[in-house]
Amino acid sequence: MTDSEIPPLLLQTPFHSRVADACEINLWEDWKGYTTPAAYSNVELEYFAMRNSASIFDITPMTKYRITGTDGHAYLDRLVTRNLKKLDVGRVMYTAWCNDEGKVIDDGTIFHINDDTFILCSQERHLDWLEWSALGFDVKIEDVTEQIAALSFQGPTSCAILKKMDLEGVENLKPFDLHHYPFQQTELMVSRTGFTADLGYELWISPEHAENLWDALMKAGEDYNIKPVGSEALQIARVEAGFIQAGVEFVPAEQEVRVERSRSPYELGLGWLVHLKKSNFNGQQALKEEKLNGSRFRFTRLDVQGNKPAENSFIFNQQKKVVGMVTSAAWVPTAKRNIAFASLEMPWGKPGDELWAEIYYLRELKWARVLEKCTVLEEPIFDPERRHATPALDY
Amino acid sequence: MKKYDAIVIGAGHNGLTNAAYLAKAGLDVLVLEKNPYIGGATVSRELHEGWMYSNCSYVCSLLRPEISRDLNLPKFGLQVIPYVGGVTFKRDGDYFGNYDDHERQYREIARHSKRDANAYERYTADVTKQTRFIRPFLLRTPPDPTSFKPRDIQELLYLAKSFYNLGEKVLGDTLRFWTMSIGDFLDEYFETDVIKCHLAGSGIIGTALGVYSPGTAYVLLHHYMGEVDGSVGAWGFARGGMGSVAKALAGAFQSFGGEIRADAEVDRILATGGRTSGVVLANGDEIYADIVVSNLDPKRTFLDIMAEEDLPASVVKQARNFKIRGSSGKLNIALDGLPTFHGLPAKSPLMTGDMHFIDSLERMERAYDDWKNGTWSQDPYVDMLIPTQVDPTMAPTGKHMMSVFVQYAPPKLATGEWTDKDRDAFGKTVIDQIGTYSPNFKDLILHAEVRTPQDIEDEVGLTEGNIFQGELTFDQLLFNRPFPGYAQYRGPIKGMYMCSSGTHPGGGVMSAPGANAAREILMDLNHPSTVPEAYPDD
Amino acid sequence: MTDSNHIDVVIVGAGHNGLVSAAYLSKSGLKVLLLEASNKVGGAATTSEFSEGFSVSECAHFLYSLHPTIVKDLQLADHGLSYAATDLETIALSSDGKHIRIAGSVIQGEDVTPSDIDNYRQFHAQMKRFAKVLATTFADRPPRLVNNDMKDKMSLLKLGWNARKMGKQEMQELLRIGAINIYDVLNENLDNQLLKGALSLEAVLGSHTGPRSPNTVLGLLYRRVGETFGFNGPAIPTGGMGNVSNAIASSATSLGATIRTGSRVERILIQEQKVAGVELDNGEIINCSRVISNADPKSTFSKLVGYPQLETGFSRRAANIRMKGNTAKLHLALDALPEFAGLNANDIGSRLVIAPDPDYVESAFNHAKYGEFSEHPIMEISIPSVHDTSLAPAGKHVLSAVVQYAPHNLKQGWSEANNEFKALLIDLLESYAPGLKKLIVDSELLSPADFESRFGTTAGHWHHGELALDQFLMLRPFPGMSQYTTPIGGLFLCGAGCHPGGNVMGLVGRNCANTLLEVGATSD
Repeated sequence: MTDSEIPPLLLQTPFHSRVADACEINLWEDWKGYTTPAAYSNVELEYFAMRNSASIFDITPMTKYRITGTDGHAYLDRLVTRNLKKLDVGRVMYTAWCNDEGKVIDDGTIFHINDDTFILCSQERHLDWLEWSALGFDVKIEDVTEQIAALSFQGPTSCAILKKMDLEGVENLKPFDLHHYPFQQTELMVSRTGFTADLGYELWISPEHAENLWDALMKAGEDYNIKPVGSEALQIARVEAGFIQAGVEFVPAEQEVRVERSRSPYELGLGWLVHLKKSNFNGQQALKEEKLNGSRFRFTRLDVQGNKPAENSFIFNQQKKVVGMVTSAAWVPTAKRNIAFASLEMPWGKPGDELWAEIYYLRELKWARVLEKCTVLEEPIFDPERRHATPALDY
Repeated sequence: MKKYDAIVIGAGHNGLTNAAYLAKAGLDVLVLEKNPYIGGATVSRELHEGWMYSNCSYVCSLLRPEISRDLNLPKFGLQVIPYVGGVTFKRDGDYFGNYDDHERQYREIARHSKRDANAYERYTADVTKQTRFIRPFLLRTPPDPTSFKPRDIQELLYLAKSFYNLGEKVLGDTLRFWTMSIGDFLDEYFETDVIKCHLAGSGIIGTALGVYSPGTAYVLLHHYMGEVDGSVGAWGFARGGMGSVAKALAGAFQSFGGEIRADAEVDRILATGGRTSGVVLANGDEIYADIVVSNLDPKRTFLDIMAEEDLPASVVKQARNFKIRGSSGKLNIALDGLPTFHGLPAKSPLMTGDMHFIDSLERMERAYDDWKNGTWSQDPYVDMLIPTQVDPTMAPTGKHMMSVFVQYAPPKLATGEWTDKDRDAFGKTVIDQIGTYSPNFKDLILHAEVRTPQDIEDEVGLTEGNIFQGELTFDQLLFNRPFPGYAQYRGPIKGMYMCSSGTHPGGGVMSAPGANAAREILMDLNHPSTVPEAYPDD
Repeated sequence: MTDSNHIDVVIVGAGHNGLVSAAYLSKSGLKVLLLEASNKVGGAATTSEFSEGFSVSECAHFLYSLHPTIVKDLQLADHGLSYAATDLETIALSSDGKHIRIAGSVIQGEDVTPSDIDNYRQFHAQMKRFAKVLATTFADRPPRLVNNDMKDKMSLLKLGWNARKMGKQEMQELLRIGAINIYDVLNENLDNQLLKGALSLEAVLGSHTGPRSPNTVLGLLYRRVGETFGFNGPAIPTGGMGNVSNAIASSATSLGATIRTGSRVERILIQEQKVAGVELDNGEIINCSRVISNADPKSTFSKLVGYPQLETGFSRRAANIRMKGNTAKLHLALDALPEFAGLNANDIGSRLVIAPDPDYVESAFNHAKYGEFSEHPIMEISIPSVHDTSLAPAGKHVLSAVVQYAPHNLKQGWSEANNEFKALLIDLLESYAPGLKKLIVDSELLSPADFESRFGTTAGHWHHGELALDQFLMLRPFPGMSQYTTPIGGLFLCGAGCHPGGNVMGLVGRNCANTLLEVGATSD
């Protein structure tokens, strides 16, 4: 028998009591069925807390799978495009995984917890694909999304705050390291990972200790301008950092309905994640062929003239022919640039190509249209030294 | 006696659609209807005082939006309201619900299986692929694959190109999908029986096949290719019942100057020298026209109202061999209040959708075995809706009308023709099944209309009570519907046409056959088409 | 290569298709090694002595579609293929003794009316015409529809042309009945229940379908393809089916192939997505860059290759191949020739069929859907010892019956049910042949579970996968893998799971060999 309550439309994360208190602006959105804040008070200040001091972002709704079993390592290596055999215990790897056609199902991070335990963390859900992939492997896959509460804790003062919380040696964590620390009566998993291309950590804890973790962070961060941030601020930081997102930059391959909507890693600028020479992995044959015969699309990061974000813009070539479209765009306040991610038809998008973005913007109820010149970016526009420095800096 | 340009036999929705497009082209058109009311199986009838029953077809999705808009049906009173929800009750007291919110739906499936909850995304994508493939063909005339006429070759190439564009693997999947059973198809996605069951119903509704019979995956598609306001696959209620659809079509037809005569049963289509000249009514009246369009199913058209000597022998044989099996019954019930269901929270949003009481594919398949054995299913698959939760016009305030579609019921029983006693027993089987899951249901019943396939045939004129005017199996689809060589709406004699659901693209309240037939007739008259083209697919 | 130990191709499994592949490849000058797990060749086309002195074809007991080109190319007659009987008639048994005799297009029987005779003649001719169209593509790889080359296009054109040249109406009829059920088509064309029952059985034998299942006309046409190969009825090879295999094996050996029986391949060795060899269950490793698997696609990919060596989407398709074994085999050692009520002694060597009417067959199938065996099963019976005295001691006989439905996934489990079902079958036979029980010296029932363990076919499916439209032509075994090649370089499939499918036809083996030779010319 089921309980006779109509199930709620939206769930609350284990941090909800704290999030709700802090969310002065009451701007909520639905993220994978959870009530999450788009902003807390002021998007700009939230963004700058992320870039200038420290920020908390509740990532509990991210999908998390625990993979255990003697074949766990081999299983994951067949699943993803990167050579996972190099992933030691205590390390995290960012990777993509593809279907047989070599189209990206999703990207995400894999945490090597101990010998035969891994956690795979991603935006989308994949249990169906993960189970089919398990044919012939001795592995067990559990969806642990609801069993792990998680915060993304990013910014230049993040390490200093953790140290203040007595996480001994946390400054020695290298990027993509993970370590377990005693925290109150439980264990806190800390990984030096994030979505902002800055110094930052992700904190993983069992849900019943979630509120304590929040409180401890806020207290330790009192003197460090710590702020909870919403999705709008993160979105700006993500574009600045140059990171793509499932459902925005690409259609997860298993959900594709229309021909040519999904993208290969090469077509998403993720060629560096593909290790064609490793042993059999999903998409290998198709990607080998693509490498040989060329891709259909190119993912480019564009620096757009002017200050109007090129949201939803078409991209034109010199002959004023549409050659692609923008998937994400933002004015990024730290790097002071007008950035757009675009998916362009081959061969467009090479450095030096002359490209134009058609931008519509609204001013006092009147739409205006401009064509702005775009420059293809070859280097990251935001990559501070503190992102890489180990031991981590205090600010 | 006055001679019309065209006579349409049968004021069902396709007959009215066809007549409307002919009248729109300026033809003088008469629609003849045997019953005192119009609509055929698209009717609302007050069979219990104060209650309006959609006593045949009961929900709306397939009606082509191009036609609805082109004929301005809203102006003539048609209002289609989408409904959400749906629930399949389990024997163990639990249920599976179909929420409209994506994440609540995910959690509901995940309550039964997390893997299935995720697989549902792939299932939806894959079925949508197939839906997008089929939709552009609905308002097109099927090509004759044996013909070398330029138009047929052009249409065949269009078909071939659509196939080709899918790519090798998806094309392979499409061919598989069209030929496999819904049970096998669902087995490739899901592990939980009740979820498969909830989805499989669309594969057998109106069809004399079991969930494991090849071809039923296509029937599911047939129920997924409709839309409400651009939301593909959504279903809605016609405000005031399905009769509103017929009424609106009749309004459009009459606004073009068309004439409808009810209580006018056609006895025979007149034919001399290989062409038609009109019809003879049952009362002996002769009415003349150069064009006669039959909205009756192919069996009735060729075997009842046409003389064998007027037809090529091959057509008579094809009509005899046409598969039109009665497999469905219907209960329409007036309720004193809203029933409650075991396990389901009061006022659950699931109740506004389709409700079912069978929780395993084996039970569904056994229901089909009963039909094969010449009896109604002892544990039937029902598709039950209570539209009065949404529609305030069909029952007194606070009271409700329930529509219960029942699969399977045979046209004839192993013991012979249906008797009143059989009908009562059939009704009791269904009411008992619902009663098992709803403690107060039986006490709420004020009136129940029980309709066997025989009743549907007698009243509506659908042979064997088949709701699609012919099985929707591969052998009777596209250029095979109703039969090879006659899939382009033209009959075997000059001036005679077909516009029923027995022609492409088949049954459901779609109006496409009627519109497609009008396009062909107008083409033969060298008249510009008045029929809209399909919206380009997005 | 001068290395005398060098092997060009290893073939896993010496079923008849594996043997045919071996022969053709050897003929082309390749050095072929055939590895067979059991101690005799033939796979399911074997003869076994199930009781001392009594031998019988273990699986299929009639030959009706062995391709004539193969017989000729491989000179099978010179290698011992001969027939104890050919063009056998079928007797549809009736419980009242009023049987029907079916000989080609001619039927005969006490209750048979002139219109029955006429109708069947026409029906038979039509099915033969359709079968001929169907057979168009059998001797070639199945055409790809999208990424196709000239050969595929020609193959499609040939198929279209052969359909069209039957005439407009005939082509239309083929398009109509291609996906329809046999039950309806029989009712459209014929009246005689017993005849329709026998034809229903023919359409559903070896599959998980009943006569009312759409697609089953395909089942009938598939069997009738044999008529276009020159079989006007089933034949009984001398010495049983095993001798067909022996003849092919002898031909292959004479062409230079090496056959090792008692050598079970444990797995196919793969390096960098290419075949490197095979490993036997005793640990022996044979290096080789090309391997052909005669095993069914599901067990090839799941066991011999292993899903981890493949990609997920491919594995998913392989795992989803529909193959529910439903066919059992009954073998009786008899003290004397049984007598069937109403059956002339001269007719007892015919193909005898128990399937009184289509509804009987459909009801028999109902059980299979729920993991039960039929209460009233259908049977195709042969008493080969009538034609071939070598199969039983003098004066004694063997009875062989193909039986449906006996689902592999039987709810109660086969170890429990074997005797129960066998007794039920013997009772059924007794009702047609009173006194038969007393003649039984020994008996054996091979359930799908037995077929699985004996021949290694997944779920004991006779055709290595349902022969239905969704697994036919370019969809066999599944979309994206239909032309004998696999994602593993150098690995090919030659079993009945590939186009054109099951029965002792030999064409899969031949098509596969041809594909290997074409591909081989351009690879390594």
